[in-house]
Amino acid sequence: MAVTFVSFLISFALLNRVLNTGRISYWLGGWQPPWGIEYVLDYLNVFILLIVSFIAFIVSLYARRSVEKEIAEHKITTFYSVYMLFIAGLMGMTLTGDLFNLYVFIEISSLAAYTLIAVGRKRDALMASYNYLILGTIAATFILLGIGYLYMVTGTLNMADLRERLPALYESNVVLTAFAFFTVGLSLKLALFPLHTWLPNAYTHAPSVVSAIMAATSTKVGAYVLLRIMFTVFKVEFYLEVVPVTKILLVLSSVAIIAGSVLAITQTNIKRMLAYSSVGQIGYIVLGAALINQTAMTGSLIHILNHAIMKGALFLVVGAVVYKTDIEDISGLRGMGKKMPYSMAAFTIAALSMIGVPLTVGFVSKWYIAMGALNAGMWYFIPVILLSSLLTAVYFWRIIESIYFKDGETEPRTAENSEIHNPKSTIRNRDDAPLSMLIPTLILAGLCIFFGIFAFLPVSIAEKAAGLLLGGL
Amino acid sequence: MIELIIGKYNFWISITLMMIGFYAMIAKGNLIKKIIGMNIFQTAVFLFYTSIATVKDGTAPILWQKANLYANPLPHVLILTAIVVSVSVTAVALALIIRIYKAYGTIEEEQILEMANEIPNPKPVVSEAEPSQIPNTASQL
Amino acid sequence: MEIVQSAKPLYAIAVSLIAVLFIAVSGKRPNLREFCTIAAAVLKFSIVVSMLPTILAGKVIEYSLLTILPGLDISFKVDALGIFFALTASFLWIVTSFYSIGYVRSLNEHAQTRYFIFFAVALSATMGVAFSANMFTTFIFYEIITLSTFPLVAHKETPEAMKGARKYLIYLLGTSIAFQLFAIFLTYYAAGTLEFSNLGIFNNIRGEGVSDAFLIATFILFMAGTTKAALMPLHSWLPAAMVAPTPVSALLHAVAVVKTGVFVVVKVVLHIFGVNLLAQLGLGTALAYFASFTIIVASIIALRQDNLKARLAYSTISQLSYIILGVALLTPSGITGSVMHIVLHAFGKITLFFCAGAIYVATHKTKVSELDGIGKQMPFTMTAFTLAAVSMIGIPPLGGFLSKWYLIIGAIEAGQTPIIVVLVVSTILNAGYFLPIVYAAFFKDPNPGGHNPNAEYSEIPNRKSQIREAPVLMVASLTLTAIGALLLFFTPSVFLVLAKMIAESVTGGN
Repeated sequence: MAVTFVSFLISFALLNRVLNTGRISYWLGGWQPPWGIEYVLDYLNVFILLIVSFIAFIVSLYARRSVEKEIAEHKITTFYSVYMLFIAGLMGMTLTGDLFNLYVFIEISSLAAYTLIAVGRKRDALMASYNYLILGTIAATFILLGIGYLYMVTGTLNMADLRERLPALYESNVVLTAFAFFTVGLSLKLALFPLHTWLPNAYTHAPSVVSAIMAATSTKVGAYVLLRIMFTVFKVEFYLEVVPVTKILLVLSSVAIIAGSVLAITQTNIKRMLAYSSVGQIGYIVLGAALINQTAMTGSLIHILNHAIMKGALFLVVGAVVYKTDIEDISGLRGMGKKMPYSMAAFTIAALSMIGVPLTVGFVSKWYIAMGALNAGMWYFIPVILLSSLLTAVYFWRIIESIYFKDGETEPRTAENSEIHNPKSTIRNRDDAPLSMLIPTLILAGLCIFFGIFAFLPVSIAEKAAGLLLGGL
Repeated sequence: MIELIIGKYNFWISITLMMIGFYAMIAKGNLIKKIIGMNIFQTAVFLFYTSIATVKDGTAPILWQKANLYANPLPHVLILTAIVVSVSVTAVALALIIRIYKAYGTIEEEQILEMANEIPNPKPVVSEAEPSQIPNTASQL
Repeated sequence: MEIVQSAKPLYAIAVSLIAVLFIAVSGKRPNLREFCTIAAAVLKFSIVVSMLPTILAGKVIEYSLLTILPGLDISFKVDALGIFFALTASFLWIVTSFYSIGYVRSLNEHAQTRYFIFFAVALSATMGVAFSANMFTTFIFYEIITLSTFPLVAHKETPEAMKGARKYLIYLLGTSIAFQLFAIFLTYYAAGTLEFSNLGIFNNIRGEGVSDAFLIATFILFMAGTTKAALMPLHSWLPAAMVAPTPVSALLHAVAVVKTGVFVVVKVVLHIFGVNLLAQLGLGTALAYFASFTIIVASIIALRQDNLKARLAYSTISQLSYIILGVALLTPSGITGSVMHIVLHAFGKITLFFCAGAIYVATHKTKVSELDGIGKQMPFTMTAFTLAAVSMIGIPPLGGFLSKWYLIIGAIEAGQTPIIVVLVVSTILNAGYFLPIVYAAFFKDPNPGGHNPNAEYSEIPNRKSQIREAPVLMVASLTLTAIGALLLFFTPSVFLVLAKMIAESVTGGN
């Protein structure tokens, strides 16, 4: 009872927060008065904030049943508290306009994340969490060092202030070093290939709810912070005139896109496959950003939203499967289309969206990134994008096929027991996830299509945000 | 050259310390030693911060009539926060290590990896832990 | 050109999608379910027909559904080419539905509801392609066809079927994403629009800084991406997809899939690049020779196939290239012939597949070498088969002659003597792989006394005297399409008028 109550309270608190952000987003572009440490709200972070709070809300709706199954009972209250802390940290990262404050929020959310990963019943999760902790700390310390360097030469920690003061110092070695530390630290945080090694283990062994929320939000906020540092603290001219960091990022992200997809194909565990697929998708986000033009940046931001929705939906479905059957292996999904039709429909939609089939969100972001690549005169990234779409199609189609076309351990199907002649056989086997899990999943899957068709809604915000980042370029 | 080394000795010390810590975090197999390395690593950065706060001939940033030059207090404040963060990270890490020890009976990384690869799990020590069927293949730092 | 705003194209597409719901709901009652299918098919056909007078009057129907992004909208435009294709597809859907009912019932197939559902979805998407006003809409429906026909190809769910279906999917989805989408990106980037234009998008922006190399690359990408047209060397999905049940093969080959492929090729050639531009770049001739290569090679391969369906499949590959060839000639007669061939091949090939299915249902024979004397057993089926085969070869008085006639005139207009040779040689080859079947069916003894080692079925000696036809529904529908092929020769009026309208509009009226 206590647990349900806590979970209800949390959902309510989150709902409230969602409503709040909805209200704040009315004064898009307005600045909140600074209270010492400044919190800034502009097009960009309102966009990210909406994503984070929305996904957090959806997942918390979903969490109750799944958590009951995957986490020991006496830890559930702790779980929700830490969950809140995690979300709070992410939102803090999104909102803050102060570098040191950013560091503190990064650590808050990371600490919460380590705990969340380890809270499950699987012992492998402990090692995954430990490794994440080590790498996460290295990353955070790098960021801290970067902040230190910047403070040393400018004497300020405020992002807007830094933006004004830095251009004069772009040639300075200290600034370059600081930037290098930031890039490496944040790449670790957002799991940009080849600094992604913590991610697959963490996602695989964490409880499903945690995988879902982390995949959907934490790497996204990491990407947001990278964009902030790259384009708000530093200016676009920095990359065009001083260091060609974006070139390196372009190569890295292309490798990430391909390598993530290839590795995903070789996996047998669904969660691990989705995790590697995340590595590839993060590549898209960085690719879009590193192309430095309006269209590609819009694509990148849209992809932050889209990937959050798609991956969220996929992990929620996997969570539902684990809840019902304890199956985490791809081969275990055989014939699941009959058993859990609604969950699997959601999975199929999200998977098609990952592939980038038109009318789903995946297509919209790919379209923008590809157009951005063409506008930047770098057509050779289009084969990268398309190839990874194909690879994505390979690993998802494998699953979709086994969901719908292969029977489970039931007797081989013959004409006699097909659904026409024996309608009861399907009803008897039907055993979908409980509604509290199903509804959030279906909402996310529905959004995959909704935003795919009415793409102008998120795109209009993302375009403004992209314009903001690029300083009206 | 000498000037570069001596004149910026605080940089060199903190960098050296960082590298020592970094080495321990990456190369040591023992989980506790990794945490020690992590602490060295972080402390190096803290030292760096405090050292950049120093102002030549300045005193500690305490209101005192005889002094007219103070060290910059802001990095100190920042580092106080960072130390708190570092302590909590260490606490979480140690807590994890205790859980790992309970689950695997060892804190040597290699042995743990071997055990994680074993199928099925011989003796799940964590309460009703499900044996993981997944070979733990990803590279571990 | 007068433009009429109407939602009719949307209705035509939606009819079968709505029917999907009814089919799914009525899945437990086969009669009701099949009634839904037929009703939807008839309704769809009548909607398409209702648009015909408007088009014949030289008007164009347009309807814009929604805009996804600026420049990317889903909108429909019914022109002569679209209605032409839609008429063919929706009419044949009715016939195929009847035939399917007979087929699945007599073989007692599993998952019949799924079968009918995806059938309807595939048809919706085909209408979508036919009526789409821009390349983006085309691409969407093109992908929907691929995805919705996958369950149909994989229908049997045997490892073999899954393998074939996977190959089918990899080829179609893979190339369309890798090449077609790439080409669409490039087109949009260069032209800023994907809206089909009568004289060609690129033709209109010619001389605005678009290099020839860029155009050629884009063209090659489009051709490579439209694998549904089965242009060699990207043809091998088609024989692989032979694992599908016969009505599905009929649908794939005659109505939805391959015709969509050539339709998209036609659209790309005529409306994205434009006749004039391709002629300037010499790409039309290149494409024509490519198609000729496919025609000849596929025909030769077809000669060597013993499996009846495989032989038909290779025949399809070669026939599709006729259509591409005709368009690639870039002359009015060539285009007319090519467009006519869409409908003529549809009727002919669907009949042939129906016959193959009927033979399978009645006797479980799939090999050409087993068909000796079958004409006495299944007189109606084999007569229809003969008619369709003759039409395929292009002998008057059957429809196939018409399109070949126009193709040859087109080749003469274009001054391409080698193409005429290709057409003649391929006609001989066509005869080479069809006539032996006909001959064997009617004149050979089913029990040749050791001459044919495959004649295991001849163990029942009195079988040849019996008439053992397939179910009435199947025979009726295949007879209907065969008669259709015959009638198209004598009264090709509507189709021919449409085909000429198309040719006239895209060549700029010269």
